[in-house]
Amino acid sequence: MQTLEEIVKALKEYDGDEVRIMEVCGTHTAAISENGIPAMLSPKIKLISGPGCPVCVTVTAVIDKLVELSMREDTIVLTFGDLIRVKGTDKSLADAKADGAHVRMVYSPMESIKLAEEDPAHTYVFAAIGFETTTPVYAMLLEQADKKNLKNLKLLTSLKTMPEVIRWVVKNGGGIDGFIAPGHVAAVTGSGIFEELSKELGIPFVVSGFEGAQLLMTIYALVSMKGKTGMKNLYKDVVTYEGNLKAKEAVEKFFEPSDSSWRGMGTIPGSGMTLKKEYLQFDAGSIGLDTDNMPAGCQCANVLVGKLRPYECPLFGKVCTPDNAHGACMVSTEGSCYNYFVSGRK
Amino acid sequence: MCVAIPGTVIKLDGTKATVDFAGNIVNAEAGLVNVKVGDKVLVHAGCIIQTMDEKLANEMEELFNEIEGLTI
Ligand code: SF4
Repeated sequence: MQTLEEIVKALKEYDGDEVRIMEVCGTHTAAISENGIPAMLSPKIKLISGPGCPVCVTVTAVIDKLVELSMREDTIVLTFGDLIRVKGTDKSLADAKADGAHVRMVYSPMESIKLAEEDPAHTYVFAAIGFETTTPVYAMLLEQADKKNLKNLKLLTSLKTMPEVIRWVVKNGGGIDGFIAPGHVAAVTGSGIFEELSKELGIPFVVSGFEGAQLLMTIYALVSMKGKTGMKNLYKDVVTYEGNLKAKEAVEKFFEPSDSSWRGMGTIPGSGMTLKKEYLQFDAGSIGLDTDNMPAGCQCANVLVGKLRPYECPLFGKVCTPDNAHGACMVSTEGSCYNYFVSGRK
Repeated sequence: MCVAIPGTVIKLDGTKATVDFAGNIVNAEAGLVNVKVGDKVLVHAGCIIQTMDEKLANEMEELFNEIEGLTI
């Protein structure tokens, strides 16, 4: 059996063919930067940040719709912190709020139940963005809203799923030899879906946690598995093969697969989730929000699929900084541009 | 945004759980999992999304077993 020291040494001294590894998930991007992992790798091992930051892949039509809703007299938009600063075509929700619109940040979607119950005169709209990790939370919210027969609570959904966008990146991105599979998505979906993807695409997948040692071992495994099919799970305390069946059932009750629009990638068939017909009374107008008016010059589209490194964007660190973010990838603390900027990662 | 934090369930009332994150006590929805007091869980956006297997938590040996035989 190897030791961690041997793995660290091997990753630094690796001198084989170049290996391009994508971390799909924004939380991994942040953990990789925080642990200083890029500097620990041989120049032949390239880590590329993928499209797994929900805030970064939300198209401007969704933000525009939220801004519009927040300006109505009788409506209050509830959102997670990061999304509030992402610009739509003209303004962000933070800009709208500064202009007097009704926008409130919450920590959990579950808080909206109480807010809606206590204030029947207003309609509360939750900006429901997220991947497979977050969709079950919205299902829980709907379960309770349905039980309480709440009529003034709705979701504006822009929900995404991983498998189709991973297929899309493999076909259209910058050449990927292996994937660090998203750990908290896998906690819900199970590692099985990544085994299937590996067989189909002929690329290895390793499910990883967020500690430095786990990430280093994951990268080591992926370098070793280059050119081969296979899935390994290095996050077994949380991720099982089947995932959380109860959560998956809850999602299936309220949502169904749908096409979805991704920032800079266009509409990817079957890459999202929308409310089922029988629950459309909870929808705040999510259908057809496909337009994507990216800010002029922003390269998020190429960054998200690994064709361009954040610092290769001409605006990076000049016009576009975390304090004055031009594009969505610089806004979120899980965004690629944000992380490369604050950590100086190359 | 997909961050999920590990904690321990210290109280349960129906599907409402109280979770201890290293001294920080927070309420979380428990309707997506089967849990009991004392379980280690992963909380995301105010909801427990999975229970954790404490036997495997931070077990370096498990990780090494998983990559056994791989070399670069
Ligand atoms: S640096 Fe800013 S403008 Fe350039 S791709 Fe990133 S977010 Fe867009």
